[in-house]
Amino acid sequence: MTVDVTTDVLVIGSGAAGMYAAVSAARNGADTVLVDKSLIGRGGATIMAQMTVAAAVGEQEPDHWSHHLQDTLESGRGLCNEELAAILCEEAPLRIRELDEWKIGWAREEGHMKQVMAPGHGRERCVYVDFLNTGPAVARTLRTQIGRAGNLRRASELTITSIVVNGGQVAGAVGLNMETGTAVTIQAKAVVLAAGGLTRLYQRNSASVNMGGDAYALALRAGAELIDMEFVQFFPIGHLAPRLVGMDPIMWDPFRYKLGGRLLNSEGDEFVQNYGHAETSNKYTAPRDVASFAILQEVAAGRGSPAGGAYLSFEHIPEADLRAAFGPVIDRLAANDIDLTKHGIEVSPIAHYHMGGVRVDGQMETRVPGLFAAGEAVGGANGANRLSGNALSEAFVFGERAGRFAAEAIGDRVDSWSNEAARSAVDEIMAGRHVAKRQSGPGLASMLVTLQKIMWQDVGLLRTANGLANARTLVQDIRWDIGDYPGASDHRFALSMQEWFDLRNSLLAAEAIIASAQTRTESRGAHQRGDFPSTDVNQTHNLISRLDGEGLSVMVAPLISKPFDLIPLEAAE
Amino acid sequence: MTERLAHLKIQRGGFGEAPAYDDFEVPYRDGMSVLDALIWIRTNKDSSLAIRYSCTNANTCKECMVRVDEKTVYACTKRLGTTPVTVGPLTNKRLLRDLVTDIVPPREKLSLLLGEPSSEE
Repeated sequence: MTVDVTTDVLVIGSGAAGMYAAVSAARNGADTVLVDKSLIGRGGATIMAQMTVAAAVGEQEPDHWSHHLQDTLESGRGLCNEELAAILCEEAPLRIRELDEWKIGWAREEGHMKQVMAPGHGRERCVYVDFLNTGPAVARTLRTQIGRAGNLRRASELTITSIVVNGGQVAGAVGLNMETGTAVTIQAKAVVLAAGGLTRLYQRNSASVNMGGDAYALALRAGAELIDMEFVQFFPIGHLAPRLVGMDPIMWDPFRYKLGGRLLNSEGDEFVQNYGHAETSNKYTAPRDVASFAILQEVAAGRGSPAGGAYLSFEHIPEADLRAAFGPVIDRLAANDIDLTKHGIEVSPIAHYHMGGVRVDGQMETRVPGLFAAGEAVGGANGANRLSGNALSEAFVFGERAGRFAAEAIGDRVDSWSNEAARSAVDEIMAGRHVAKRQSGPGLASMLVTLQKIMWQDVGLLRTANGLANARTLVQDIRWDIGDYPGASDHRFALSMQEWFDLRNSLLAAEAIIASAQTRTESRGAHQRGDFPSTDVNQTHNLISRLDGEGLSVMVAPLISKPFDLIPLEAAE
Repeated sequence: MTERLAHLKIQRGGFGEAPAYDDFEVPYRDGMSVLDALIWIRTNKDSSLAIRYSCTNANTCKECMVRVDEKTVYACTKRLGTTPVTVGPLTNKRLLRDLVTDIVPPREKLSLLLGEPSSEE
């Protein structure tokens, strides 16, 4: 075996967190390689994000990061890692201003960044790029920075299948070359996992194809720990019907911020207020977990829309106001036969974000020396329910830190690569490398759909002991069925091989969610148990997952608290 | 009620091979895109079909370009009807397999990364 690529820092995944980490590692002096299973800066969640970014830049009205932190902790239902949450809120304004210098084009009015309200925030705090263009603008801006960096190489179409650990520390990684179906070995002193979340595990989701839980499975198999895996955020008003193409399914949120929008059941009545949150037509304040749960309950009570959700109606908004707020977006809707002045659309909770994830310290390092994580892959900062607008903020902040601390860490580290440590990861790729006759049949693609149904049904918005046990058995059965390495498949653009590695990751991530959901016998934030409907103060702790040998174990860990002073805003005015 | 069907003739095969075509019938749903049909085929009929997409339907990743009836389109936004269509790969890019072509920007190619010295020794 020869080492194909040697570098100081390897960054896996090229959404906002991975791109920021790569830029950061490179500018802090590390020879850096950025890889993605898809195309650089095109996959992951970032490009899907048409939404806003929370940061206490205080341009719209006086604000201070301590207030952003207070809102984040309140949203998190008592489970946030307060150290990570504080880092997120304190450093978000730095990153927003850096992106501004990089000409991202934050929306402005009267010479300052425009900041808007979002659910759960006490101030007008969220910046954005019009029209519904925040994520693509982020991706474009960071791609430009990557192109300008000197000591940064990058490669698309490389699917990392294993982190190589030797002598207890990171030595590099092994991946699948999509074009040829062969193994690629990468020697690295530090690895940053920025491979995103796991929302693709659910039947209804807002995920790109790459959001199948890779980061969590890679981390577990490398010996790192996960935290709070039971908390999957469902976005309450994901688009359900009619079929909408060319738009992000979570696009309705900004419409509601700007214009209001009435959430109605099949009887034409507003209902969110019946589920413990006072919401009126003109406000949009219900936290995501409350609104999602309310829609689910209306559907269960037989008051859902035809496709199995609720109606979102803008029929009371004048056409001119819609046009003024959303310009060309109205034309894109018209191309989908959607006229908001005439009909409501159907919406449903959809899997949107994962609060849980890789357990890291304040320097974004896992318990495996040299293994870092960034972005949605990181768990803990958002507790049991993420505050809206925090996902891109954490991608920027954690990405910048992971790259910086990874670059610092390599200074006192020697290469620890060994062929023996990489052997099994290389072998499992080469074992499946055959030019097989064309195979028909549904294969792995249909197994993923089966998994998505299991997760939606039994590990989604409402969970029970029986449902979780059933799901765990089914997930383990699929894991048994797929075997120990990819089956014979065409290795020219090795999609079927990639799908095997993807599915193995998805099944492990799914089992980690289920195991934690079984352990948490209470309802809190995004984790709702039908058999334990109340929050239990005695479970105000985190759950940690580990892979020991072949088995997952879950253990309790105390919260990480970090007291802070809430700075009075009157002083800022 | 008889089920409405969409009919797709899809080009198969790799670089340097004579193109072959497979015919598929897909349950038609109002508003469905070419990508919806390709995903349905992979899930229900033939998972060996090679396609490329990432964002699924937001039209932000720009990875799903193919040719439908000789016109270059995004599979995610091109609507299907019930009249048969022929789907093939881009003709101005190197074919990898089936509907997938090499659209990776030059500086992002894995082959470029692998072509560099693999070790400092």
